[in-house]
Amino acid sequence: MSSKQPRTLFDKVWDAHVVEPEAEDRPAVLYVDLHLVHEVTSPQAFTALNERGLKVRRPDKTFATIDHSTPTLPPGANGKRPYVTDEARKQIATLEENCHTHGIPLAGWDSPNRGIVHVIGPELGLTWPGSVVVCGDSHTATHGAFGALAFGIGTSEVGHVLATQCLLQRKPKTLRVTADGKLQPGVGAKDLALAIIAAVGVGGGTGSIVEYAGEAVRALDMEGRMTLCNLSIEMGARAGMIAPDDVTLDWLRGRPRAPQAAVFGQMAYDWLRLHSDEGAVFDREIRLDASKIKPMATWGTTPDTGIAVDATVPKGATERALDYMGMKAEQTLTDMPVDVVFIGSCTNGRLPDLRAAADVMRGRKVKKGVRTLVVPGSEAVRRQAEAEGLHEVFLSAGAEWRLPGCSMCIAMNGDFVQPGQLAVSTSNRNFEGRQGPGARTVLASPATAAASAVMGRIADPRPFLESAA
Amino acid sequence: MNTEPFGTLSSRTVVLTNENIDTDQIIPARFLTTTSREGLGKHAFNDWRYDKEGRDVKGFVLNRIAPTAHRILVAGKNFGCGSSREHAPWALTDFGFRAVVSTEIADIFTSNALKNGLLPVVIDQASWDLLAARPGENATIDLEAGELRFGNHVAAFNVEPFARRCLLDGVDTMGWLMGRMPSIEAYEKQRAA
Repeated sequence: MSSKQPRTLFDKVWDAHVVEPEAEDRPAVLYVDLHLVHEVTSPQAFTALNERGLKVRRPDKTFATIDHSTPTLPPGANGKRPYVTDEARKQIATLEENCHTHGIPLAGWDSPNRGIVHVIGPELGLTWPGSVVVCGDSHTATHGAFGALAFGIGTSEVGHVLATQCLLQRKPKTLRVTADGKLQPGVGAKDLALAIIAAVGVGGGTGSIVEYAGEAVRALDMEGRMTLCNLSIEMGARAGMIAPDDVTLDWLRGRPRAPQAAVFGQMAYDWLRLHSDEGAVFDREIRLDASKIKPMATWGTTPDTGIAVDATVPKGATERALDYMGMKAEQTLTDMPVDVVFIGSCTNGRLPDLRAAADVMRGRKVKKGVRTLVVPGSEAVRRQAEAEGLHEVFLSAGAEWRLPGCSMCIAMNGDFVQPGQLAVSTSNRNFEGRQGPGARTVLASPATAAASAVMGRIADPRPFLESAA
Repeated sequence: MNTEPFGTLSSRTVVLTNENIDTDQIIPARFLTTTSREGLGKHAFNDWRYDKEGRDVKGFVLNRIAPTAHRILVAGKNFGCGSSREHAPWALTDFGFRAVVSTEIADIFTSNALKNGLLPVVIDQASWDLLAARPGENATIDLEAGELRFGNHVAAFNVEPFARRCLLDGVDTMGWLMGRMPSIEAYEKQRAA
């Protein structure tokens, strides 16, 4: 390829990882720099390797943690972790055994680094700009915040990467989403993401890699960028990417697995050149005015049903979704009583998320009867939050402060929403039953979730922030 | 890994017209603590098939059919969106399905399905409308020809050529990728240099 041809950020990362180019009859062989592994989507892949007598080819490019099936309550009086089932306990033990057998580093129960896979990867400095990152998890797109090409894969492909460090991939299409203007106070990355997903649609990004650009995106901190990229899959896009800049470099520098100081400068120089070239062509482009976005909340059972929290549920909304959610067309969202509030997940379980929630809850009480669960994304987030006293804010407000994990976002560890209950959740999916059979989920930002906990109904966080200032 | 050649599939259809059927509907997360890929069929569409007490939901179509006679699932657009769990195609194939027909199927689900002998078939809206209007229709999916045939109707579909070849010939993709090892080693050497 001519070096003069303008290329997108995605093209540059893709081109650098092509082991064998794609042809009519075969996909490209694409090299993987970092393979993140967790307990749920890996056991059958290790079994496939073992059946063939294969070894993990590059344990040095593989990193594992436990997050999905892990209890968020501490061990009981008997010293045992309160797993939801023996099968969940066995699943964790299986990963421990597989990592031991294959020499894969594991952030397990005894590690100060344990946490949700998409929180700890960046935290440890494992996620590098310009790299290819995969994991058996659709929210792997999170790592694209660093200008990495990061996407979720299935278990068969987890096996492929374990065995060969490569994947067979067709080059996807590109979609650039440009968010002009500045986000208003009280409006954050989650609101921006929900507004973008509402504009593109739940399947609108299928077959595409999204690049997020524009003033509002550049102004986000790294955690905000991770929130934005994390949600790319909720419009069907496998990956979201943001060009690395000084914010990226400052965040990454000095982290344990980041390049060492002696070489960081040279690598940084290369990384800053990864941005899409002037004149690079995208298959599709979308622009929106970020200054018009208000705090968002979803009314339905797909993540593209976000509307301004002070707006009314649209006329002509899907009957089935309305029935499931117990909502009516044209009703005001803020009329909806809330039973549960969940603050956490790979979408919004990082320190600035917890700070935003604490800013709303500080000196206030959660409405009586609202079960409020705050779950830090990692042990590091937990330590830092506790050092800042955020846990005290949550506990004195009447919320629960749990151990790190995916928890109530995927509801497979025993943390779940009861049938028919309505939860305002900072997580990523409001599908039927996502947070438990019959559970109703409203997706929102940490500030909106915290305001809803205090009010006992879906609430606009902005009045709280004004009075706090 | 299913490496049995696909060939031609003739079977009756099951129709779920819902759009955006996500992988949490296909197999709810609480069944993902398994370390095996077997036996997930009994939980396929679990929360649509069973009520809170675990009894069959009478009206639901998957409770009214013989899975062995209904191997083609016809579903609304954006089927398989959401999580990357390969448990979704494992659950569907264990239930008895060998093909999913829609106007749009999510990326990761498509990739996972192709590796498990579950054929994702994307057809045009007009053909889908006809097919969806006739639940239980006898349909034939001819992968070699790239045709879905029912009644007098023929709908064309495409499958990524490599995955199609693997399905037709029963090629094991892991084995094929292992065969690329010289290229992979050369790439690593060149990057290290």
